[in-house]
Amino acid sequence: MDLISYVHEQLTEKKDLPSFRPGDNVAVSYKIKEGAKERIQTFKGDVIQINGIGSTKTFTVRKLSNGVGVERIFPFNSPIIDTIKVLKRGKVRRAKLYYLRDLVGKKAKIKERKFVKK
Amino acid sequence: MTSIYDDAGKNVPCTVIEATPNVVAQVKTEDTDGYNALQLVYGERKKSPTNALGGHLKKAGVKSAMRIAEFRDCNLEKALGDKITVEEVFEEGDVVNAIGTSKGKGFQGVVKRHGFGGVGQSTHGQHNRQRAPGAIGACATPSKVYKGTRMAGRTGGKRIKTSNLKVVKILADKNLLLIKGSVPGHKGSLVIIEK
Repeated sequence: MDLISYVHEQLTEKKDLPSFRPGDNVAVSYKIKEGAKERIQTFKGDVIQINGIGSTKTFTVRKLSNGVGVERIFPFNSPIIDTIKVLKRGKVRRAKLYYLRDLVGKKAKIKERKFVKK
Repeated sequence: MTSIYDDAGKNVPCTVIEATPNVVAQVKTEDTDGYNALQLVYGERKKSPTNALGGHLKKAGVKSAMRIAEFRDCNLEKALGDKITVEEVFEEGDVVNAIGTSKGKGFQGVVKRHGFGGVGQSTHGQHNRQRAPGAIGACATPSKVYKGTRMAGRTGGKRIKTSNLKVVKILADKNLLLIKGSVPGHKGSLVIIEK
């Protein structure tokens, strides 16, 4: 085993996150610190890319907020992530869905993948 | 390089450095050598060393050396042949310097090598001199180019010291040192970490 993956094995906590792919609709609950208080907020949207490997692997969630596109990048290993819920499985033909950035309305909708292999 | 999360949940970029125990090959003192220093040996080589070097290393009980480095005015109390490990020297939160050989970039122009601005315009009659250095001296006085004038040439591949890096973590069972930020040189190259 190379040293970098050894470092990760030692220093990252294993999390039980559900498996999802680009095109899926997810709700990410993450912790926010406000002074001494901590609360949980959810970010709901489509996964448009999964990037990187190992402990620096990230995913990008895109949603429309008041007609403005908002994207947020979450590292899989980030301690701020509380839970991830997969709401819908999407049917897409690409790994990176950057084309959604140029589309609005009905065209930006992702078809649902009804039959999911278990 | 990689990144880990600190206690506050912040992502810290860090370099993983393997620091296998160094062996003291010579203890220099003011009486015998004129200055105080420790000579340390790192690593092994397949090729056997020359008789001169081999004889020198034999006193410390080492067969061969990847690198020998001297540390002046070291405050470690060590004798010939002693081993120095990571956790003896460093602690988490220490501020250290890293010395290494920077990546070689080959023959480069002045824009990359010295950070010249270039012309900045590619239209309005601009010919093919966008990244040219411009004038390098005046006319009859001084009628020469001053020494040290910044020009194109071999870039990188030099000894570089990066100062004030923080030790984030020490994994003693595999002799690993995690340092915040980057250190000079390519992957797998040798660096000296000094406190």
